[in-house]
Amino acid sequence: MYKKIDEKDVAYLKSFIPEERIMVGEEIPNDYSHDELGGIERLPDVLINVLSTEEVSKILKYANENMIPVVARGSGTDLVGAAVAVEGGIMVCTKLMNHIKELDESNLTITVEPGVLLMELQAYVEEHNFFYPPDPGEKSATIGGNISTNAGGMRAVKYGVTRDYVRELTVVLPDGTIEHFGSKCVKSSSGYDLKNLIVGSEGTLCIVTEAVLKLLPLPSESVSMLLPFKSMEKAIEVVPEIIKSKASLTAIEYMSLDTIISAEDFLGKKFPDTNYEAYILLTFDGNNRKQIEEEYTKVAELCIEHGAVDGYFVDTDERKKSVWSARGAFLEAISASTDEMDECDVVVPKNRVADFIKYTHEVAKIVGIRIPSFGHAGDGNLHVYLCRDGMPEEEWKAKLEKGFDLLYARAREYHGQVSGEHGIGYAKKSYLAKQLGDNQMNLMRGIKKAFDPNNILNPGKVI
Amino acid sequence: MNIIVCIKQVPGTSNVNVDPVTGTLIRDGVASKMNPYDLNAVEMALKLVEENGGEVKVVSMGPPAALEVIREAIYMGASKGVLVSDRKFGGADVLATSYTLCSGIKALGDYDLILCGKQTTDGDTAQVGSELAEHLDIPHACYVKSIKQEGKKLEYVQNLDSKIVTARINMPCLMCVDSEINTPRLPSFLKKKENGDCQNKIQILTFNDVEDKDETHYGLKGSPTQVERIFEPDKRKDKEMITDGDLAKKTYDILKSKKFI
Repeated sequence: MYKKIDEKDVAYLKSFIPEERIMVGEEIPNDYSHDELGGIERLPDVLINVLSTEEVSKILKYANENMIPVVARGSGTDLVGAAVAVEGGIMVCTKLMNHIKELDESNLTITVEPGVLLMELQAYVEEHNFFYPPDPGEKSATIGGNISTNAGGMRAVKYGVTRDYVRELTVVLPDGTIEHFGSKCVKSSSGYDLKNLIVGSEGTLCIVTEAVLKLLPLPSESVSMLLPFKSMEKAIEVVPEIIKSKASLTAIEYMSLDTIISAEDFLGKKFPDTNYEAYILLTFDGNNRKQIEEEYTKVAELCIEHGAVDGYFVDTDERKKSVWSARGAFLEAISASTDEMDECDVVVPKNRVADFIKYTHEVAKIVGIRIPSFGHAGDGNLHVYLCRDGMPEEEWKAKLEKGFDLLYARAREYHGQVSGEHGIGYAKKSYLAKQLGDNQMNLMRGIKKAFDPNNILNPGKVI
Repeated sequence: MNIIVCIKQVPGTSNVNVDPVTGTLIRDGVASKMNPYDLNAVEMALKLVEENGGEVKVVSMGPPAALEVIREAIYMGASKGVLVSDRKFGGADVLATSYTLCSGIKALGDYDLILCGKQTTDGDTAQVGSELAEHLDIPHACYVKSIKQEGKKLEYVQNLDSKIVTARINMPCLMCVDSEINTPRLPSFLKKKENGDCQNKIQILTFNDVEDKDETHYGLKGSPTQVERIFEPDKRKDKEMITDGDLAKKTYDILKSKKFI
């Protein structure tokens, strides 16, 4: 169905892309054949490091006319195969489109190219006393990638997710047309919200080449508190109590001792406390020190009443680094602790978090597989990892399938969603279809067809 | 083992401006914290006491606001503290500071070991520890990575520029611990709740309380150091790129010279 790229195609692409930004066939490094988790592998036929919207437009126009598949890619840190060229074709890499174009202090927005890294964006706005709240663990992901998956992160409890901070997108449609969805305006009741449709569409509808993001003033105070518990059950049972207390929290994360120890081994740095089985990490922020103190005192008392052994203050840069650097490395640490793993990034209603985490322990026993987890207890988004630990291939595949079936079935029962923030990509398609049913999947297919009738953009993903 | 740890309150961030007229740090409106290197010393002390018994006390010199870091040390596990604080002690250089701190140490009673951080993040002199040991006439060692009790002696490992030294030292003694030797424990909410503002655990020592009443030994008058100029350092953005030759060997040599390997 798709056209195999030939010399004529390469010659055309090279007519407007200089030699140093285009790689063909064996010139393409193997890194571009997989994402961070590496569940599926295939190299694109051509890799182009684009510099402008106009270049993307020319590439897409040609690809659409010639039925060549195109996949957009940023840092390639995704976990579900969304940035892998499963049908070959052209890979459009946005890493060099990494300019911050405007900080608009009157509209509280920042305009960026898609290849700007999350950590660069956060550092830049904080230097100017602004705050970009979405805070996924993978700070070397690009903003384009964050928009494509609607990444969430640790501050979603209070501030929401990437979609809540996207004001306007410049996109290139599959036929090469350049469009602007949304605007700098705060409000809009102006027809279907195409901008919000693009956020989370994983590069299947168009390619984002510029984004206007909403900023907030930087809160002057931020304090975290690490609460130790004697068991994971006790730790997670306290979460609904915290939420019910109406305290204004920025983050509620849970972590188990074995995950912390994996992170210590991975980073070569000690965590400030490893005396207990499980920990809850809370963050409070604002502009009033006294108010924050009142909040954390109230929540700490409540947690201690419900089984926390103590509450430890994480209040200086050094302390925040010692705790949050470990938290940020959990995924890589678990990955380094085993030969292969796959992940389940379900999100369940907040009041089901404790039940779901307990269920992961049950599934580990039923299937006979190690299932470490950590995640955003405060917003119901859990990161559950199934570890191969040296199992033979067939046994691993069978156990993985059984484990996933059980976990996703339970998530459906709880009215949860297949993915909280990592996306569907290639790996989770069957679970999405099961969750949403034919009617919703057909609506999505209709949308895909309206944008991309030739199905050249990131084929084989999401739907 | 009874251990006294010297701690200091420093600005909460490294982005502190210098007053171009007076040449002093602008501390107004800047949040404060315990010198991060002192936290390594507090952690080392608490670990030693967990292993060998005894108690950890802390001493600091500074304005009344420095009570906050003494409280923090108590919330980490110290049993009590002394704050040496008087306007007459202000403007002290390393000599006057170390001399004044001696009074605080004497007020805390007998000790086997005094621990200091490697240096402070504001003054950066790394001299107060050694000078304090000289005033007290006890042996001392710097850049200490680990300490083990061996009867009345301590065996310690010292991280010097080109070598690692293992040696023994008689108690009482003073040691300045190296940075990054441990991850300091976090202050406890329960200890904060139990001790409140730690009124009955903290003693404040003023000029009226010290034995030596010669004002020329304290503060600006007791400081022979004349500071000509204080200025903000250039921010270093230099980096080394290795692009040719045996990259693996060159990288290995650099890592080895920095003692990562």
